[in-house]
Amino acid sequence: MSAAKNININLKIWRQKNASSKGSMETYKLDNVSTASSFLEMLDQLNEQLINEKKEPVAFDHDCREGICGMCSLYINGRAHGPDTGITTCQLHMRMFNDGDTIYIEPWRSKAFPVIKDLVVDRTAFDRIQQAGGFVSVNTSGNTIDANSIPVPKDDADKAFEAAACIGCGACVATCKNGSAMLFVGAKVSQYALLPQGKVEATNRVLNMVRQMDEEGFGNCTNTGACEIECPKGISLENIARMNREFLKASVK
Amino acid sequence: MAKSALLKSSIAKKYWMALTGLFLCLFLAGHLAGNLQLLVPNNALNFNQYALFMTSNPAVKLLSYLTYISILFHAIDGILLTIQNKKARPIGYAKTDGSSSSFASRNMAVLGTIILVFIATHMVNFWAKMHFDKNMPLMTKTIEVQGNKQVFYVGTQVGQYFPVEQVAKEGEKLEQGMMPKQFVIKNKTELHYSQADVKTADLYKDLYKITLDFFKDAKYGLYFTIGYVLAMLALAFHLWHGFQSAFQSLGANSSKLTPAIKFFGKAFAIVVPLLFAIIPVILHFKK
Repeated sequence: MSAAKNININLKIWRQKNASSKGSMETYKLDNVSTASSFLEMLDQLNEQLINEKKEPVAFDHDCREGICGMCSLYINGRAHGPDTGITTCQLHMRMFNDGDTIYIEPWRSKAFPVIKDLVVDRTAFDRIQQAGGFVSVNTSGNTIDANSIPVPKDDADKAFEAAACIGCGACVATCKNGSAMLFVGAKVSQYALLPQGKVEATNRVLNMVRQMDEEGFGNCTNTGACEIECPKGISLENIARMNREFLKASVK
Repeated sequence: MAKSALLKSSIAKKYWMALTGLFLCLFLAGHLAGNLQLLVPNNALNFNQYALFMTSNPAVKLLSYLTYISILFHAIDGILLTIQNKKARPIGYAKTDGSSSSFASRNMAVLGTIILVFIATHMVNFWAKMHFDKNMPLMTKTIEVQGNKQVFYVGTQVGQYFPVEQVAKEGEKLEQGMMPKQFVIKNKTELHYSQADVKTADLYKDLYKITLDFFKDAKYGLYFTIGYVLAMLALAFHLWHGFQSAFQSLGANSSKLTPAIKFFGKAFAIVVPLLFAIIPVILHFKK
């Protein structure tokens, strides 16, 4: 890897005071950004500059900064989580950019993800979908059975684990031209559908989660496959196909 | 709950889109088999026999109604989906990068609209003429009789030939010359004796001639041919995404199955529209 250097960049960032105000793209110039810094550190640097200038800093979501919490979002230069695959925005580094670049930073765009402020969107629609069926019943009466006491075929366990890797960041919705949440819901349905523990609520789960997804105002999937390319956790379209099968099974029951 | 879900939900719409789409792929294959007969030299009789079969056989009729319904359903469902999907993102992005999806997959609605417009004009030009046009030409054959070339109408039974000058068209006066004409055409294709109201033969509608004339038209034939080829190009892109997408929608996606489906879908998307498209090109440029 080449040694870190400093670059000067131009930023075009969506600024919106609150949910009800009308936002716009604003331009900022930021000098001496180390290519070794992460994208979010670059935004921290920008905010420091804005605070020094007595301006309102840019609001953006972030938490763990190690690619596991799903908080960071950002549509960077036309791509969810920026110009790389298999990463969240916090894992994106400034070495992906060149001196003099203009970088567009926009919030996730979806009717179901309204902007709260600047680059922060409300992703509680995902929570409501999860609450509609993304759970299993567990005996909590004091004699809880160890999960590993039920044998699970290795292949199923692996697939369920891959589906469960979804961190609910919403990149699938953001990148889908239809604003569809089917990769998210497909992953959540799959992670339970593949395991014996999930069979009990299987029928209601898929029906309820899909109904909630539709009610939230997400678009319809047209199988463009953009979601699986942009998903930081590599969730595959197979999960949507599995949800389609589960839905058909549940619908005719 | 379950019943309404099978009609209204976003996933149910996928199923319908996929099922109608796959049925229309079967229709395309059948239609292509028919069209390819146009490339066999001097094939007017066989082609018109085929056209008669396709417009009169009850099983084919049933399939044709299924096809009309599928086209309408596929188009209406597609329009509804597109409207809903536009609403799902009220504010668009200032900058987008199309690298994560294919051109075809992003433009299914536009491609579908082009195909729908093509189907409408195609049906006006051929289907409507075949079914409803009173002036649809009937098949004739020029045969040398004792050294003179003579034109005959061709009957649907073997060996039925009727000299054209002996046949009065529907509504035409019988006694134009010295002698009254022997036959008269009724109900578009039925040949009756002019003196007694007895049907003596059925004649073929000349779809072969209509098709050749259409693409060979001195003034517009080239434009029709170009339009046809462009529509097939749109169809190719539509199938490029649509074929494998239908299987994904129906839940058929696995590491074993999907590569085969994708390969077959892409081959289908290239071969079928290409074969469709070369027919008018050959007809247009053939002397």
